[in-house]
Amino acid sequence: MNFNFSEDQLLMKEEVKKLLDKENSVKRNRNVLEGEDKFDKELWNQLVQMGLTATTIPEEYGGIGMGFLELCVIAEELGRGIAPVPFSSSVYLATTAILNSSNEEIKKEFLPKLAAGEIIGTFAHSEKTTFPNESGINVNFKSGKISGKKVAVPDGDIANFALVTAKSDKNQIGLYLVDLSSNGVEINSLDTFDPSRSHADIVFENVEARALNNDAWSDIEKLLDQSAVLFAFEQVGGAEAAMNQAKDYAMGRYAFGRAIASFQAIKHKVADMYISLQLARSNCYYGAWALSNDAPELPTAAATARVSATKAFYECSKENIQTHGGMGATWEFDCHLFYRRARLLSSNIGSQGIWKDKLITSLEKSNSPT
Amino acid sequence: MDFNDTKEEAKFRNEVNAWLSANAEKKEHAKDIYRPAEMSEDSESGESSALKDAKAWQAKKYDSGWACLHWPKDYGGRDAAPMERVIWGQEESKFKVPGGFFEIGQGMAGPVLMLYASEEQKKRYLPPMAKGEEIWCQLFSEPGAGSDLAGIKTKAELDGDTWTINGQKVWTSGAHYSDYGIIVTRSDFSAPKHKGLTYFFLDMKSPGVEVRPIKQITGGANFNEVYFTDVKIPDSQRLGEVGDGWKVSLTTLMNERLAVGDASGVDFQEIFELAKDQDFNGDTAISNGAVREKLADWYCEQSGLKYTKMRNISALSQGSTPGPEASITKIVSANKLQDIANYGMDLMDNASIARDEETAIFQGSLLGAPLIRIAGGTDEVLKNIIAEQVLGMPQDVRVDKNVPFNEIPTGSKN
Repeated sequence: MNFNFSEDQLLMKEEVKKLLDKENSVKRNRNVLEGEDKFDKELWNQLVQMGLTATTIPEEYGGIGMGFLELCVIAEELGRGIAPVPFSSSVYLATTAILNSSNEEIKKEFLPKLAAGEIIGTFAHSEKTTFPNESGINVNFKSGKISGKKVAVPDGDIANFALVTAKSDKNQIGLYLVDLSSNGVEINSLDTFDPSRSHADIVFENVEARALNNDAWSDIEKLLDQSAVLFAFEQVGGAEAAMNQAKDYAMGRYAFGRAIASFQAIKHKVADMYISLQLARSNCYYGAWALSNDAPELPTAAATARVSATKAFYECSKENIQTHGGMGATWEFDCHLFYRRARLLSSNIGSQGIWKDKLITSLEKSNSPT
Repeated sequence: MDFNDTKEEAKFRNEVNAWLSANAEKKEHAKDIYRPAEMSEDSESGESSALKDAKAWQAKKYDSGWACLHWPKDYGGRDAAPMERVIWGQEESKFKVPGGFFEIGQGMAGPVLMLYASEEQKKRYLPPMAKGEEIWCQLFSEPGAGSDLAGIKTKAELDGDTWTINGQKVWTSGAHYSDYGIIVTRSDFSAPKHKGLTYFFLDMKSPGVEVRPIKQITGGANFNEVYFTDVKIPDSQRLGEVGDGWKVSLTTLMNERLAVGDASGVDFQEIFELAKDQDFNGDTAISNGAVREKLADWYCEQSGLKYTKMRNISALSQGSTPGPEASITKIVSANKLQDIANYGMDLMDNASIARDEETAIFQGSLLGAPLIRIAGGTDEVLKNIIAEQVLGMPQDVRVDKNVPFNEIPTGSKN
């Protein structure tokens, strides 16, 4: 058996890491957080040049035809670097949704541009304060047009197009592609918890929309499962970075005449971070296996990876601040950038309660959960 | 990324399966366990019939070359690759076979003998150990030395070619049915703590060895106190140099950490089934959101451990060394066991008070969990190990380092 990434995939991971280190991705996160830009275009262009937006897109659509495993290692590194770019919206979600669909016309039109980074897509789903189930979708689709409001759309003020969930006149939930520069689209950028990633409310008023699928609820569930694995890798990358920051700081910080890393109270804290990180990483590997094989276990594997990675990033990022003491809670130190990102990623694509419930539901459906 | 066997692995797995199918009964359910045919009410005779059965099964394996697979053939093993040993373990666990008596000998004493015993001794002791004919125990902890193992006080004095041992060991699993033991003693009380230790193996039937069972909070008695009064050990049974006992002990402890795996008892499956059946405020417990959240957390832990193990096995299969990830296993599984047992009894509410068929496994797990969190390295020691050995954080300041042992302050009456 080989329950690991291939040498090529690990090499690719290393290359992405090198780029993000060289470009000082964490510093760029701070620049976006403090500045006016909605994302770091320079960094985004570098990622595009490296071909990362083309990863899962087949060559016939202008991509490089790799798979989800490559995307998993990329996601981990973007998480480690808390990169201020719309990668998750455009690649994990929009690109995957189009790849999943059977709409050739849309594939031919959009995939080459997504691969080349010429356009950015996103997924517009939530309408209220809770993550929607099937009855929570009230944006409507009627005779080719959609109307209604989506809230806190990630990169909603960056993306060129959105895949919008909407209810058709047949009472089915469909997935529709909307050009965000169309007439009738009103985009309001939000003041957010983690300004290194932009979010917007979007109001649609009789906006022209193209159907990816008119009866798409199961497609939407699948898209969320697929992206959950990728988000989980991003969270694991961030968690590991936060754990290493805590460890490094504790080794260099002296109090009571010795490195604070020699105190058991600190060691046990970092060991706890390591434990939650390893559990999450191992679950992510299983998620990666299920994702890349399109296995029937995907709903369980994705929810498991997502829940444990969310927990790991929260724990590592909050205890990283604690390990740093007062300095960890200053604006100047980077700890809060990871703490913010951990919280933001927990909310994107549905929070812990949603995914824990999904997990138990999927276990109830399968006869033998273990 | 896959879970598939290589061609060679698949071939080996078939071979293993063919032999097991011909010699043992396959489990119908994963949780089925072996029970001795004639276990009586009396717990003592229950153990001895279990031991008899375990010895018979081990001997059968040995005779066909399936004992201690990774050991050299000369010592009763099979010269098998690490991955073959894993495959054997995976397949054997699918059959209803007895076990549970040989781990300390084969897992801890064996590797130390292989490193430190004479060729003649290896040929004499390792094959019967592999065959299960002779059972070994490990005499390490003392009343005043548990996590701080190097603080032991059992005294070893050399006169000519013979050592005389006086003192007391504690928490010795299986001492009451063991034939031999490995023991670490203090041979020099004026040397610093880690420098004055000497390591031996001894015959547990030696005059002056007295074994007294310790009744645990579960009501069972798997551990013992072992008293040594003028016990004689020939110098030829010393393992390692005089004063080098700590180094030899570390070999054993490293193997102990590998040998102590998942905690047995209730796990996700049990609490999941219980939550589906159990009433809770007029509905099933599993339909309650708070219950679902708890279940999800435990599933994630169980799954995380399972795939951590897979990452390690994968490394073996690929011919590389497994990473340190498995160091999390005992902490996570022992705490999960305790919490699931407690929560199960919460769900059963009043019914959890009485002991019956349904409550027994939860009650037993709740009482057994505290010992699992302590045995083979406490949660706290294991976290130190993760921090220091895996993550490279510095050791705590040691006030007892480089101080003669007999000048180290002690609050213990021993």
